[in-house]
Amino acid sequence: MFKKITRRASKVAAIAAAGLLAMNVQAADPIRIGSFLSVTGPASFLGDPELKTLEMYVEKINKEGGVLGRQLELVHYDDAGNASKARNFASRLIRSDRVDIIVGGSTTGATMAAAPMVEQAGIPFISLAGAVVITDPVKKWVFKTPQTDRMAAERVLTDMKERGLTKVGLISGTGGFGSSGREQTLAAASAMGGIEIVADETYGGSDTDMTAQLTNIRGTDGVQTILNFGFGQGPAIVTRNYAQLGIELPFYQSHGVASDGFLELAGNSAEGLRLPASPLLVPESLPADDPQKPVVEAYKTEYEARWNSKVSTFGAYAYDGLMLAVEAIEKAGSTDKAAVRDALESIQGHVGVTGTFNMSPEDHNGLEAESFRILEVQDGGWKLIN
Amino acid sequence: MMAQFSRFRLKGLVFLAIVVFALPLFISNPFHYGLATQIALIAGAVVGLNLLVGFAGQISLGHAGFFGVGAYFSAIMTSNYGWSAIPALVVGAIGVAIIAWAVGRPILRLKGHYLSMATLAVGFIIAIILNNERELTGGPDGMPMPAFDVFGWELSVFGQYSLFGMDISGDLAWYLFAGVILLAAVWLAQNLIDSPIGRALRSVHGSEVAASVVGVNTAKYKSLVFVISAVYASVMGALYGHFQGFITPSIASFDFSILLITMVVLGGMGSTIGVIIGAVVLELLPQVLADFQEMEMMLFGLILMLTMIFMPKGLLPTAANYLNKRRSKSAGGDA
Repeated sequence: MFKKITRRASKVAAIAAAGLLAMNVQAADPIRIGSFLSVTGPASFLGDPELKTLEMYVEKINKEGGVLGRQLELVHYDDAGNASKARNFASRLIRSDRVDIIVGGSTTGATMAAAPMVEQAGIPFISLAGAVVITDPVKKWVFKTPQTDRMAAERVLTDMKERGLTKVGLISGTGGFGSSGREQTLAAASAMGGIEIVADETYGGSDTDMTAQLTNIRGTDGVQTILNFGFGQGPAIVTRNYAQLGIELPFYQSHGVASDGFLELAGNSAEGLRLPASPLLVPESLPADDPQKPVVEAYKTEYEARWNSKVSTFGAYAYDGLMLAVEAIEKAGSTDKAAVRDALESIQGHVGVTGTFNMSPEDHNGLEAESFRILEVQDGGWKLIN
Repeated sequence: MMAQFSRFRLKGLVFLAIVVFALPLFISNPFHYGLATQIALIAGAVVGLNLLVGFAGQISLGHAGFFGVGAYFSAIMTSNYGWSAIPALVVGAIGVAIIAWAVGRPILRLKGHYLSMATLAVGFIIAIILNNERELTGGPDGMPMPAFDVFGWELSVFGQYSLFGMDISGDLAWYLFAGVILLAAVWLAQNLIDSPIGRALRSVHGSEVAASVVGVNTAKYKSLVFVISAVYASVMGALYGHFQGFITPSIASFDFSILLITMVVLGGMGSTIGVIIGAVVLELLPQVLADFQEMEMMLFGLILMLTMIFMPKGLLPTAANYLNKRRSKSAGGDA
């Protein structure tokens, strides 16, 4: 609470310091950016960094003169990870607050619950949730910034094939992330060909031991590598069990655990495992000519300086969402909803933290599977493989 | 005394009807219609739950489960198998009735609060099934649900929505429909309360031993009212799903069961109009408090605590008591 007051105070001070110039700008109506995020509840690890990112960059953009000479105004509600609440707040943003664009929806459920209303009202909506169903099939007004779980599966399977590993043992959590990931991995494997899922095990979200499933997979004929698709503490337990059982096969995790918190939980057991992740985890190892390098480094430094906490991949989804919205409004030259939507759909080569976005009428995500980097855990830290 | 009691109840229904139909004169924003529609449907389920809690003295901790089964059964049947909304709703309600009967019948032969434990388990099982049967329910990410249709006529929130116009008729239609459903739910409940079944139930609530001594089949009446309240939840769940257009397993969660019970207790157990007020308060509070961001949960808890401390009988009975006392005081002349 106190933090918030000081934050507000510093905001006021900053605006005052910007002086008369800023006051001229503020005379125009602000551009209203609506947002509903899971800031509390089980998905707060998504919503919290997302909200912090939005607040911080709306402030920064305003300090620099706003967009089209107009200030931005963030209207935010907390859906607590509940889809019915998300729908209510989306309705409130559209019909009561009359926002110009929505950037939000931390979870797939929240996004999908709000999507029909967004479609009917005709308002551009940039979702921050992962599942492939959000943009496939394409919905006219709905866009999203994170890569899909399908891309993560494809990226991992491609890396396996490159290493000559073609018989995969799959273990996954039964939560939303894990079960959707499992489905997409099976689909990707059969679509790619030349790679086979030979074992398929699952574990519950609150299980504390997965040695039985891992032993089953190890006992499967011809298995060459193991992939775990899961979220939260489950994958850390799988990793520890993996080391305890002394399994020597190459081990892969999903992007669901691509955070420093996971390294702390899994400790030494994580050595040598690979996963697909955002370059945000390894900004310093990116080659100097990588177009994402400056964007990623700037976001990491600014976020960590401002909030005094580790940057997270999820916050980066919000960063990309906001920046895409800003670019679309600038391109459209107004906040006319149809024009902004068209501009959003035609964005090409937008370099974000998550990847480089190339939107099209057929692709409202705009990312390639290659935007995931394959990282390996070495000496307790992340190492960029490719 | 009895005549006064039932006259009060009828007054309640008339009062509710006036509120429901007068509300559109004061609100015009479709967002508010949407909220009112949700409140009306949830209040319908709460009226059913109140029959069990307020009149049979039993607590169900799994009512969201029945709500969820109603919603998901309708969703699966209408979107995957092309059923029309009404048969799906009716068959779903029959299914829920069978589940409730199977659970309630053996347990309600026992005295005490064993039903709450059984319903707790049933609620959890339903939530787990909805979360895990991905092919059928879409898992934790939820599934879409088509608009409500009656003989080919479709009731959609977006009924007459033009692209940038603010034509509200779809929302208003849904609101009026939900209002009528709520009135029907209340009317049914009040008739039930004033029927021999209702009197038998109240005798069970008062003293189960005394009731069985005078020849009331307590187990039968308790399971009957449990089934009725589960059917209420199932029907309202199906309508709620049609209205929302998208459902996730959170509507069958333990949290939601607790919220429903809280609505009954807050509004006033045994008072049909009271529990509707409870539903209105608990659905509106999060919207009002949304502007306070991180203070929201604290304020919510504080309001609940203060209500429980100062109004232990619930909002409406306490207010009615207070008014009665004042009236008798001024009638007595010693002000």
